[in-house]
Amino acid sequence: MPNRPQPHFPEPDTKHYWDGVKEGELRYQTCNSCNAVNFYPTAHCQACGSGSQAWKVSKGEGTVYTFSVVMQNRIPGFQELGAYAVAYVDLDEGFRMLTNVLVDGDPTTGVKIGQRVRVDYEKQDSGEYPIPAFRPI
Amino acid sequence: MSQSRQAAIAGIHEYPLRVAPGVSAMQIKAASLKAALDDAGLKWSDVDGLYDAGDGEGGGGLGLAAYLGLKPRVIDTTQVGGSSYEFHTAHALRDIAAGRVRVAVTTYGSTAASSRMAIGTGGRFGGASWQTNMEAPYGSTLISNYAMVKQRHMHQYGTTNEQLAEISVATRKHAMRNPEAVKAMTDLQFVKVDNITVADVLESRVVATPLRLLECCMVSDGGGALVIVSPEVARDIKKKPVWVIGSGEATKYRENGGDITVSAGAQSGPAAFAQAGVTPSGIDIAMIYDSFTITVATCLEDLGFCKKGEVGAFIGDGHLAFDKPGLTLNTDGGGLSSNHPGMRGLFLLLEATRQLRGESTSQVNGAKLAVAHGNGGLLGATHTGGTVVLAAD
Repeated sequence: MPNRPQPHFPEPDTKHYWDGVKEGELRYQTCNSCNAVNFYPTAHCQACGSGSQAWKVSKGEGTVYTFSVVMQNRIPGFQELGAYAVAYVDLDEGFRMLTNVLVDGDPTTGVKIGQRVRVDYEKQDSGEYPIPAFRPI
Repeated sequence: MSQSRQAAIAGIHEYPLRVAPGVSAMQIKAASLKAALDDAGLKWSDVDGLYDAGDGEGGGGLGLAAYLGLKPRVIDTTQVGGSSYEFHTAHALRDIAAGRVRVAVTTYGSTAASSRMAIGTGGRFGGASWQTNMEAPYGSTLISNYAMVKQRHMHQYGTTNEQLAEISVATRKHAMRNPEAVKAMTDLQFVKVDNITVADVLESRVVATPLRLLECCMVSDGGGALVIVSPEVARDIKKKPVWVIGSGEATKYRENGGDITVSAGAQSGPAAFAQAGVTPSGIDIAMIYDSFTITVATCLEDLGFCKKGEVGAFIGDGHLAFDKPGLTLNTDGGGLSSNHPGMRGLFLLLEATRQLRGESTSQVNGAKLAVAHGNGGLLGATHTGGTVVLAAD
């Protein structure tokens, strides 16, 4: 049903991440040189510049760092949604991602800073990639 | 005073119209440059340094000089969003001090209102990139990004909607004294072209929680120009020079575990004050990029006007208006109530200059030191901070 914008390829930094999403995995990187957690995915480590990174799979659980409920937008694919919550979620493995927190009912009361959430892969009419969003645990 | 005197703002112009159908951005840039050079008493052919953010049809580093008919010796096309003009000023100061440029100019033109751009409520598009691939699927509007900073600031420090609304109230008070701002609000069909109260702000509709309409800047047409010159050139200009005595540049972005309530201004501000040899407590006028109330609040803290987390108490007593004791904010009416065609950083420098010349419509008597701080990009994601400290003799 949802019709969100899809990722576009070729895009070499994020391809492996999105391949993981298709398989139900939330992938992130750690640096083989300095051990930093790297996210968004990039071929180089954003802490030390090393080109040697390991891909890991997150458990998909985290905490809402902050959020906003969008009441007015002119974005194709979102105008039909009504109010929806955009959020930064801090995953337990130590990376922060922009995402949506999906709740039953009114997001202005259903989403809170500090809330524990788990990833949920929302299938899309707009293309082959589901979109990883989060729901309260 | 012991501050350095290496470069001066000699000429300014703010394009008067906020709705300008049938005019191109490039025409706004050219007309504004002519008016700013006239303000300084300088000629078109005096320009030898061209600084530009790449705005305008077919402009930028390759096209702008050809359009204007200039032969600059230095071309700087720094584009870092709305703070580009603070960066241009910093670079002009550097280039003039090095003897590479005598007359530097930067211009701005935009038809955002006439072309119905959805700056605040549209999404992030463009081709595939490492960033858009990770963000476009989530429908994060520009306003919701800033709203996430406000949400976190309120959570982390107890900042209230009432306190933040004081920014909108003071700014509107200044706008009502500025005829061009009054015309702007009228032409853009504001519901109420009048002073507003904290209650008005709190009763305006929510655009993206917790940001309300009267906490958000307008979308207008507009533009302007700024002329910065060497001390030798400054001796013969028509108006009194306004000296560029310090500058700082920084960028910040989403980081794992980072504090979203701290902006790039925490780096650019102290650098600018250190170069200027002044402290925030000595500043008379703060021109802070008011894309939203939270932008001003965060940047006031980061520049050192109060401690991080204490801006609510700092602004909550309503002293930001020009006729109250203490720091004065955005005396032209700001982006909230005067002019926001997309990149308002230029107007911060223009109004700071007016104050230090004694030409503002909300003049602070005896103003000697001003800071202009631009914030470009998204406060809650990738953004830049550019700080410029200005002084009158």
